[in-house]
Parts: sequence; structure tokens; C-alpha cells
Amino acid sequence: MAGGPLLSGRAGAGVSAVQLETAALRQPGPLTRIALVGNPNSGKSSLFNQLTGLNQKVGNFPGVTVDRKTGISQLTAQHRAEIVDLPGTYSLYPKSLDEKVITDLFYDKASPQYPGFVVVTVDASNLRRNLLLFTQLADMGLPTVLALNMMDVAEQHGVQIDIAALQQELGVPIIPMNARKGVGITALKIVMAQMLDAPSVSFYEPEEALLPMIRQIRYYFNLHNDYLALHYAHQYRHISLLSAEDRAYVQELTEQYGFEPTARQAQETIARYGRINEILLNCVSVTRTERNEPYSNKLDKVLTHKVWGYLIFFGVLFLMFQAVFAWASYPMELIDEGVAWINSLIQTNFDGPLVNLLTEGVLAGLGGVLIFIPQIALLFAFIAVLEETGYMARVTFMMDRIMRRFGLNGKSIVPLISGVACAVPAIMSARTIENRKDRLITIFVTPLMSCSARIPVYTVLIGLVVPDESVLGVFNLRGFALMGLYLLGFFAAILSAWAMKLLLKTTERSYFIMEFPVYRWPRWKNVGITIVEKVKAFVFQAGKVILAISILLWVLASYGPGSAMEQAGKRATTEARRQGLTPAELDSRVASEKLEASYAGHFGHLIEPAIRPLGFDWKIGISLLTSFAAREVFVGTMSTIYSVGQDADQLTVQQKLAAEKDSNGQPFFTPARAFSLLVFYVFAMQCMSTLAATYRETKGWKWPLLQLLYMTGLAYVSSLLVYQVMK
Amino acid sequence: MTDLQLGESGTICCLQDPEMALKLLEMGCIPGTMVRLNSRAPLGCPITLVVGDMADYTLSLRVSEAATILLK
Repeated sequence: MAGGPLLSGRAGAGVSAVQLETAALRQPGPLTRIALVGNPNSGKSSLFNQLTGLNQKVGNFPGVTVDRKTGISQLTAQHRAEIVDLPGTYSLYPKSLDEKVITDLFYDKASPQYPGFVVVTVDASNLRRNLLLFTQLADMGLPTVLALNMMDVAEQHGVQIDIAALQQELGVPIIPMNARKGVGITALKIVMAQMLDAPSVSFYEPEEALLPMIRQIRYYFNLHNDYLALHYAHQYRHISLLSAEDRAYVQELTEQYGFEPTARQAQETIARYGRINEILLNCVSVTRTERNEPYSNKLDKVLTHKVWGYLIFFGVLFLMFQAVFAWASYPMELIDEGVAWINSLIQTNFDGPLVNLLTEGVLAGLGGVLIFIPQIALLFAFIAVLEETGYMARVTFMMDRIMRRFGLNGKSIVPLISGVACAVPAIMSARTIENRKDRLITIFVTPLMSCSARIPVYTVLIGLVVPDESVLGVFNLRGFALMGLYLLGFFAAILSAWAMKLLLKTTERSYFIMEFPVYRWPRWKNVGITIVEKVKAFVFQAGKVILAISILLWVLASYGPGSAMEQAGKRATTEARRQGLTPAELDSRVASEKLEASYAGHFGHLIEPAIRPLGFDWKIGISLLTSFAAREVFVGTMSTIYSVGQDADQLTVQQKLAAEKDSNGQPFFTPARAFSLLVFYVFAMQCMSTLAATYRETKGWKWPLLQLLYMTGLAYVSSLLVYQVMK
Repeated sequence: MTDLQLGESGTICCLQDPEMALKLLEMGCIPGTMVRLNSRAPLGCPITLVVGDMADYTLSLRVSEAATILLK
């Protein structure tokens, strides 16, 4: 008995020692940081998805608005690594701000972000061009693995690669793979788990004449090799980590030695290609002389045909539009009903002021975020398939000439058209536009396209003032009015884009040149990951803003200064009792009186002087404020607020509006007022979800605020004109 | 370059615009490389070029960009 505690004590010590050991195995110090680099279309994202699965996180690169995609990969049982997916690029000399994040990462060895080593994805069917980037990275002195991707395509083309010889020539491990099918992933992971040395082979030696300058830079900044120092001479103006004095120092040196960056860079690229040609001569044989893409070429004959091409494209757009507009409505209704059901469940079972905040503020706001998920998921399913198959490149190809006139880009057509359904996913889809200026302009003008949330407002107001008559026996006058509003939005978007093209200055030179990919079947895994990633980005980033503003709007509409709201409620109740109203009428009466006494009501009265020239009164003012949650809320608010002084609750919104009289006893909603309000809704930025999306996509408040000011200003001036002319 | 008819090929002689040249070089348009005018967009611009002696890959670029490529 006496030995019991001792024994158990010893056993306990043994167990904890074993536990410590396994814990040490599972956590071998800090994670290895591995950067994934490669040409566009080299299968980099497929490889990233294969390595990390859904274990991905999207953040920012410091200081720039480029998404930083990272993911954790379980390389072996004991070894995990953090993989950073870098933007696709053709060389280490950045041509765009997006590409600059790559060099920023490789220039600063002291940074904690500096990768332990680099995986370069290379398209095996297109080795010559793909190896350029590899040779630059190898000369940077980074431990490198070559993922020789798309081996299947190379084989089809009759390209035979002597892997052993190539490995000898390049001096780094080479893993032949097919990332789309997952072939070679295990082998790559095993190599990635090893500690690798920097490559032993050098592919380019700077000219003798440049060496004195390069060495001075190298020792001044204590750099580990000449090639990195040469990059400093090329890029010093754009290297984030250099101070003003550092830049001045390098500038002086480059002037002293008469360094010509453009000529040197061209010479380097040509020299590298020369070296690559030598290597390929020894390691690669091509059995077929002329490469033929029979399917791609035949498909292109139809898909980029001057008649069929556009017809098919509009067919694709129509399908996409149908999906976002019609198919998405079923899950959206489910979400709407689900949130309403939870709301009523809470309201019937609990009571108190916090319950209202939870149901009408938080849950309503949450519902407002969740409701967009079906549209975002469907739109991005379409876009991902279009991108994956290579069709998007053809769309750009066909539309570029037309869109360029207006400061847009061939790829702007997808966001603009999707904007007719909803600006939120549309703005997110502008991500496919590489050129920053074009992307910014597209994001800025997309909300001018009339989205589906404007439809209820349009139909109510058109029904109010446009007679239900037919023109020429076939066309309905109301249909004409509706089409006119859509066209108004479209032309405003196009003209604003054109104006922005003239106003926006950019230092970044814009290139259209891109690789024209061959058609491929989409990888459904990539499509799925894109959808999940976009939905997550929206819910967690834009969703936060939407939720916050929803709660704010709820507070504004539910509380008033002092006890004004309570008194308004009591007054309405006694008044209603006196008139002998039904309980339903009583409720609506109380609600509308309370809304008038709330902060929102005060806001309506406050802005009335400003909106009176447009023909609006304080009641419309409140609706403009609440529309901010979503434009369709306008109808609900108008319905509540125009209940004031009405006898029956059974009237439709339209009848309520029609019955409203001005101070002279004439109908309040004259054609001038209704059209002024319609034009206001076409142009005004009244959607916090859109602002939140712009905030997320431009990574700052500057553009959403400008958008708010510009669109609302445009709406104000246009409405003013309409009302004053038609009055 | 812009004088080529559809389907015609030529060999790159030099690149005119120095900055554009850097981009074109990186994309494999090295002097001495064969290029073929593969197709034109319905409105005449952009165009696609097939690059390389073995017709390695296809590039799409605007006519203004292609105009900086001189052929032998």
C-alpha cells in the first residue's frame, strides 16, 4: 500500500515525458515559410489549393492593396509549413504594383516574412519562358524547388524532358507533376520538408564593368550576393525598406557609373534566354515539329466570331444573370424566412429591451449580410468556370476595344452586367481586372447600374404616375419608363468611367499583353474553393460594416430624444381609441408616430430644407435614411410612415402614396415629385453593403467615401433639375 | 508586325519602345523568335500572336503594343 503513491508518481512522470516528446514532434519549432511563385497560367493556384485545401487565409501585404493568400500545409506527419501564394509574374522586375509585393518579400532578408525557401511552378509544356523567372530566383540565392507542372500537357505536345539532366543543369530538385490531378504532390511535400541549401548554379553574371558599383551597394547594405545588389541598383526607387538617404546613396552610385536600367534589364533578359536555350538543348527534345491546338483554334473560330462570338457571350451573360437574379431568389427566400423565424421565436419567448436590439438590430443586420451569400456564390461559380476554362480571356479579347473608349477594360463587362443584379458581388468580381486604374474605375461606376433592390422602388413609383397605357398597341408605357431608368443608370456608369479616365492619373504603365490560354475543363475543386473564399471574404469583412450600420440604423429608428417616443406612442394610442380603430390600425398608427418622434424622424425633419428643392418632404427624408440598409426598405418605410392620419391599414403602399395630399389638398406625388425621386434612386449611393464591398476591395475608406459623395451629389443635382423643370 | 496578314509569320528583328520591350522580352518575344499573326478580335484590336519556332504559346495584345515589334 505504501508503495502505491510512489509507483503512480513514477508512472505519472513517465507519461508526461512521453507526452512532451510527442508534443515536440508535432511542433518542431516555428513553421517553415514557403513562397509559391510562378508565371500566370502555370497552375500555381491549383498547386496552392492542392497543398493547403480549405486551410487558407486571405490577408493583406503590408502597405499595398494586394491580397495575401496563405495556407498551412501538412507536409509530412511531423512537418507543417506556411505557404504564401504570390501573384503570378513573368519576372522579378515588377511591372505592376501587384507584382511589387514579390520583390518586397525577396529583398528583405531580415524580415520575419522572408521565406525559408521558394517553390517555383513551371509549365513543362512551355519551359523556355517559364524558366526565366526561375533563373532570377535562383540567382537571388534562395533555396528553390522546381515544380515541373503540366507534365501531361507537355507529353501531349510531344515535349520530352530528361528530368535527371535538367536537375543537373539547374542545380535544384525537380518534381514532375500534374497539379490539377494531384500527381506529384506527395513527392513535392517530402522535398519541401527537407532543409535545402541555396542553388549552386548561377545563370547570369553581371558584366565586369558593373561590378564596382554592384559591390559597393552590396557591402553598403550588407547583402548576401551580387545579383540582389544589382536589383537594388535597378529598383531602389521602389524598394519599401530603403530610407531616403539609402535611395540617395544608390542614385548617386548609379549616376556615377552611368547605369542605364532599361538597357541593362533588356540585356539581362536576353542573356538569360540565351542560357536557357543552351540548357534546354541538352535536356529537352520535341518529337512533333508543329504544335497544334486543333480544339482551341476551332473553338475560337466560333467563340470569337464577329457574330456568333458576341451572341454566345450574351447568351452566357444571360445565363449568369438568370442565375444571380432568378435562381438565387430561392435560397435567398429561405434565408429571409429562416431569419424571420428565429426572430419571431425569440420575440415570442423572451421580452425586454435587449431582445429588440437582438432581433431588429443584430439579427436583421445579420440577415442582411447572409442574404447576399447565394448571389455571391452563384456569380463566382460562373466567373470561376469562365476563368478556369480560358473563356474569360476571349471575353476580354472581344470587348476590349469597346470598353477601352470609356476608360474601362474588356474584363469590366462582367462586373457591369452583374451590377444589374447586385453591386456587391459585382464589385468583388472586378478582382479579375489586373490593371489597377481600370479596376478602380470599374468598382467606382458599377453601383450606377440599376440593381435588383431598386426594382420595388421603381415599380411603386412608376405605377403611381405613369399611366398603364400601351404605345403602338404593343408596348406598355410603364415598361418604357422602367427601361428608361435602366438605360439612365447604364449611361451614367459609362460616362462617369470616361470622366474618371481623364481625371485619374497613374504612374503605373498599363499593358494589355497577356497569355491567351488554351481551353481546358474547369477543375471543380478550384471553383469550389473560389466560392468559399469569396463568401468568407464578404461575410467576415464587408459583413462587419453592414452589421454595425444596421445596428446604428435600428438605434436611430427606435430611440428618440428624451421621452418623445413614449409620448408619441401614448398620444397615438389615445387618439386611436377615440376614433375606434381596430388593433391592426392601432399598431400601424403607433409605429408611424413613434418613427416620426425617433432620431430617424428628427433626421428627416432636419434634412427637409435640403431636399425640399427636389420636391421631397421629411417623410421621404426618413425613407432615404432607412434605404441605406437596403434600397427595398424604402417601400416598407414609406408604408409605415404614410400610415399617419390614414383611416385604414388595408391600403397598398401605392394607394397610400396616391392618397397623400399636399397643403393645398392636391395629390402630393405629382409626376415631377415621383420622377425626381426615381432619378434620385437611380443615381444615389444608398447601399451600405456596396460601400462595404468597395471598402474591402480598395482596402481603405477613400474610394467608398468618394463614391458616396459623387453618386449622391449626382443624384441631388439630377433630381433638382428634374423637379424644377417638370414642376 | 502590324503589316502581317492573318496566318503569316515573321521573325522578330527588334523592339522599339524600350519600356514595352522589357515586358515583351519577359514574355518571350526575343529578337530572332518566330511569331505568327493568329487572329484579330472582331473589331480589329486586340490581336493574338503565336510565339516560338515550335508555336509554343499564344499571346494576346493590343495593336498599339504589337506595333512596337519590328520584323525582319
